[in-house]
Amino acid sequence: MITSTTTPSLNAMFRLQWEKAQNCFVLLFPEGMVKLNGSAGEIMQLIDGEKTVQQITETLQNKFPEGGDLSNDVNEFITTAIEKKWLYNDH
Amino acid sequence: MTIKQTKKLANKQENTQKEATPTTTVGPPLWLLAELTYDCPLHCPYCSNPTELGDTEKELTTQEWCQVFTQAREMGAVQLGFSGGEPLLRKDLEVLVKHARELGFYTNLITSGIGLTEKRIAKLKVAGLDHIQISFQGADPEVNDAIAGRGNAYQQKFNMAKSVKAQGYPMVLNFVISKQNIAQIPEIMRLSCELEADYVELATAQYYGWAYTNRDHLLPSKEQLVESERLVNEFRDQQQGKGPHFIFVTPDYFETRPKACMNGWGTTFLTVTPDGSALPCHSAKMLPLTFPNVKDKSVSDIWQQDFSFDYFRGDDWMPQPCKGCDEKEKDFGGCRCQAYMMTGDMHKTDPVCSKSEDHHLIQQAIESATNPSKAIEKRINHTANKHGKDSSLNITRVKV
Repeated sequence: MITSTTTPSLNAMFRLQWEKAQNCFVLLFPEGMVKLNGSAGEIMQLIDGEKTVQQITETLQNKFPEGGDLSNDVNEFITTAIEKKWLYNDH
Repeated sequence: MTIKQTKKLANKQENTQKEATPTTTVGPPLWLLAELTYDCPLHCPYCSNPTELGDTEKELTTQEWCQVFTQAREMGAVQLGFSGGEPLLRKDLEVLVKHARELGFYTNLITSGIGLTEKRIAKLKVAGLDHIQISFQGADPEVNDAIAGRGNAYQQKFNMAKSVKAQGYPMVLNFVISKQNIAQIPEIMRLSCELEADYVELATAQYYGWAYTNRDHLLPSKEQLVESERLVNEFRDQQQGKGPHFIFVTPDYFETRPKACMNGWGTTFLTVTPDGSALPCHSAKMLPLTFPNVKDKSVSDIWQQDFSFDYFRGDDWMPQPCKGCDEKEKDFGGCRCQAYMMTGDMHKTDPVCSKSEDHHLIQQAIESATNPSKAIEKRINHTANKHGKDSSLNITRVKV
C-alpha cells in the first residue's frame, strides 16, 4: 500500500537505462531486460529515493499539463513496480 | 558453463508495451556471450563445452575482444556474459569489463568461483561489473568436489559467494542438476538461502558437449524430477516472498515439445568463442556449417549477412512435421544441435518433439540412463598455457 508520502527507490538489482536500439527505457538485471513503455519510463526516471510519490506526480503534471490528473497512473505503476520488486517502498 | 544461460534473456523478458516493433530486418543480437577461454580448473562431467576444443592457443587479444564489444553494442546488444571455460583465467578481465560497462552493457560474470579473491571481486566492482553468477556442483564439499573433480572447490565457492554478497553485487547461483546431485535439492535450497542468493537456477543438465558423452550418468529419472519439482514448489510456498528466487529448469528429454532454442536461430543470441568464431549458439560449432570469425568480419556483417547466421532463420528450411505445424512459431523446430547429434541431420525436427519420427531416440536415451554401460568421462583441460604468459599473445594467465 503506497501513500502520497511514500518514497520509492530503485532496487539495487536493477539498472535503468535508455536503449537507443529499443527506443525506450529498460531495466537491466542479471541476464535479463524489461522494456518500459513511455509513461513507465517517465516515472522511473524520477525515482531517486528522495522524491515522494506526490512530488513525482507533481513533476509529471508540470511536464505534461495536457495529461489531466496523473495521480492514479503514477500510483498504479509504482504499486506494480513494488510488487515486481523493481522498486523498494521506503517511507 | 551450461547451455541454458543463453536461453534466459528471452524467458525473462517482459514487455510492458504492446506497440509493434518493425519486422523489416533482423533485430539486434541482444545477448552477447563472450567465451574468453576454454581453460578451466574444474572437470565437470556435465560441461557443455565442445569435447574437441580446437586450437586453444589462438585466443582473442584484449583489443580484439574490445572491438567485438564495441561493434555489438553499436548494433544494440545489451547483455554481455563473460564466460568460458573459466573467464577469471584471463588477467585482462577487468579491462574487458571496464570497456563493456562504459559502452553501456549490463555485464555478467559467469564463473566457477575458482580463482576469485576478495580483492579481485573488489577490482571487478571498480571496473563496473554488474553481476556475478557462481556455479555450484553440490550442497556439501563431498558431492561438490567429486563432481567438480577438484579438492576444496566447495569451500572456495562458499567463501566467494559470501564475499560477492558482502560487496553488494546481485548474485545468481547456478546448480546444474543431474543424477549425481538431485537428491540434494533440499540442502541446495537451504544453502542458497544461507548465501543470500538473489536468483538460484536449479538447471537440469542439457546434453551437449561432455554432458552428451556422459548422458547415462547424468539424466535423472522421471520420478526423480517429479519429486524434485514438488520439493521446490513446497519450499517456494514456505518462502512467503522472501529469500532467493528459485528457477527450476526441467530437461527437455521429458517434454513432448522442444525448447525454443536460442529464442530462434540468429534472432537474439551471439556467442563468440575463445578463438573468435561467431556462433548463433555456443554448441553450433559441431554443425556442418562454416561459421565466420570476428577477426575477419565485423559483428554487423556476421549478424546481418553471413550465410550461417541466416541458414536457420525463419521457416523456409523446415521439413515436415515442423513446416505444417501450428506451433512452429513457438519452438522454431527446437534445437539444431540436438537434431544433428541424435539423427545426423541438422535440418530434422528436434527428436524431443513427440511428432518427430526420431522421438524414439529420446525414449531410448531415458531407458539407457537407467543402466549406464560405460564409465564417466571427465573433461580434459589443456594446461600448457594455463600459467605464465601465453607464448604468442599478450595474455597472462592468473594462477589458480
